[in-house]
Amino acid sequence: MTTIQPNDGDFKNLRSQDRPAEPSADLFVPQPLDSTVREELAAPAPTFWKEAWERLFKNKGAVVSLVLLIILSAMSLIGPSMNEFTYREQHIPHSNLPPKVAGLEWLGFDGKDVNGVDQYTQRGVETNYWFGTDEFGRDLWTRVWKGTQISLFIALVAAFLDLVIGVIYGGISAYYGGRIDNFMQRIIEILTGIPNLIVIILFILILEPGIRSIILAMIITGWVGMARVVRGQMLQLKGQEFVLASRTLGASDSRLMRKHLLPNVMGPIIVTVMFTIPTAIFFEAFLSFIGLGLQAPLASLGVLIEDGYDAIRSFPYKLLIPAVVISLVMICFNLLADGLRDALDPKMRK
Amino acid sequence: MKRYLIQRFAYAVITLFIIVTATFLLMQLLPGTPYSNAEKLTESQRAILDAKYGLDKPVAIQYITYIGNLIQGDLGYSFQYQGRTVMSMIGDRIGPSALIGLQGLVFGTIIGLVLGIISALRHNTAVDYVSVTIAVLGMSIPSFVFAALLQYFIGVKLGWLPVALWENYQSTILPSLALSVTVIATVARFIRSEMLEVLGQDYVTTARAKGLNESGVIWKHVIRNALIPVVTMLGPLAVSIMTGTLVIEKIFGVPGLGEQFTLSILVLDYSVIMGITLLYSALFIFVVFVVDVLYGLLDPRIDLKGGSKA
Repeated sequence: MTTIQPNDGDFKNLRSQDRPAEPSADLFVPQPLDSTVREELAAPAPTFWKEAWERLFKNKGAVVSLVLLIILSAMSLIGPSMNEFTYREQHIPHSNLPPKVAGLEWLGFDGKDVNGVDQYTQRGVETNYWFGTDEFGRDLWTRVWKGTQISLFIALVAAFLDLVIGVIYGGISAYYGGRIDNFMQRIIEILTGIPNLIVIILFILILEPGIRSIILAMIITGWVGMARVVRGQMLQLKGQEFVLASRTLGASDSRLMRKHLLPNVMGPIIVTVMFTIPTAIFFEAFLSFIGLGLQAPLASLGVLIEDGYDAIRSFPYKLLIPAVVISLVMICFNLLADGLRDALDPKMRK
Repeated sequence: MKRYLIQRFAYAVITLFIIVTATFLLMQLLPGTPYSNAEKLTESQRAILDAKYGLDKPVAIQYITYIGNLIQGDLGYSFQYQGRTVMSMIGDRIGPSALIGLQGLVFGTIIGLVLGIISALRHNTAVDYVSVTIAVLGMSIPSFVFAALLQYFIGVKLGWLPVALWENYQSTILPSLALSVTVIATVARFIRSEMLEVLGQDYVTTARAKGLNESGVIWKHVIRNALIPVVTMLGPLAVSIMTGTLVIEKIFGVPGLGEQFTLSILVLDYSVIMGITLLYSALFIFVVFVVDVLYGLLDPRIDLKGGSKA
């Protein structure tokens, strides 16, 4: 601002306009003109990803969710080994103990059951179970984090496979176009007409229950959304002027891909993946809840919720703890996905 | 328009046919038998039962018979209840499901619309934040978790409403409420972003510039235009209601289709599983078809022939 100097011609004009407070010539020191300096940009042009990061970090909800998700994922990995119990080890004398954490009694972790009796003193249990125990005396802290781990694993693998299939299918469809595209799109149209929950349930019924079948059943219909997103984006981009302009200016294919196509397709892909993950977590929990989930002694959040629901009247903690964890995970993924969508939408660039 | 309708209809029929075929084939792959006491049956008893249900014939014949019966509205017999047709079971159980489903849908849509509209009109105020929070919670918390919590806190702890009995109108409140949560959240989010988009349109500025008072602008221009795309939400909403009924009926002991479905899965009563699957799929396809047609009628900007948005 301060370095901008009027040249002599402008100065004369100013004087002739007869301004009340007129700057005199000796107030200014003319800056020597340097043509090389003028061509320089004040700051390096922000790359697409840097800008997206900055936008994401301005979104408080997304940042908090990201941090919480990192904590929850870390807990799902280290939580099961934070005490001496394993997720499958049964200890019948210690069955149905309410949660107790030394120092957190005011939060309800006081070891008292629904009738207000401290089960720990009554039964003479020395060790504190942080999230309580189930009807076989298995430590719920270990089981909840192990369950979170399995639920996250299923969701991540399903989302990743959806991504791979969707990108390949959508890419081929958009790249070849014409009759192939038309045919592939008809298949998609029919697949989207089928409620995917029904397909998932039917497939689980004929497959052996387990993590692999759940993942397989979820990707049978799950990739369709990703394929549609990728195809739509590619078709849209192929005909855009900036692609043509860049090509005209002599950009190589790799530059076109790196600088123009990829950043524009990556955004929607990432956002779609982020929305797939909570959906997958939901489906897994849903399947477990109607009795089509994992087999004992394995635990997922859905299995724990189902077990907890059966004992809701006498031992509400068994339901409440996994319910809170799954809700937290879902909320965080949804908020983060929202934030990413806002941050990665190139149309919102100013 | 006519061509478009015929085309859409053809798609709906093809999709349904594929679902029927796929369901039939999947059912053939199911492990186990549908007879409840299979290990006690002698060879000859089994043969009699197989002949009774037509299971002794080749798969192709079974398939043709099934399709033929289906066209006549016959879904076969249930295996778990002696001599009951699937049709009559669906007939008995569709009532409670439809009741809580529709209640949830209507209640959820109204509340969602109100929340979303207020939220958009008070954009970036405390009201907006509260309703956005409600929407995020509703989207994120699985409906069955919410149902279980509702049952525990309102049914067990407070004792305001029946926990899991199906006897009077009060019994329908909690299941409907649990179903409506996802609807509220979806509708509120959707209408909010639609409203915000419409509020930024030139024709809204024009309406204000020509001196229309604010309520006129909001009611005549903004809400009317923002409501049109809400029709497209009917498909996803129908799905969420159907998904919801599967578990929520189990939780609240509603004698509906969803409860029957989960029961039939456990005992592998596959004629019932197929019947309910087909019913749900047909319903879904019908809703999608209606939405496509309705949307074209409501918004003249949509070009039905080309199938693309103008």
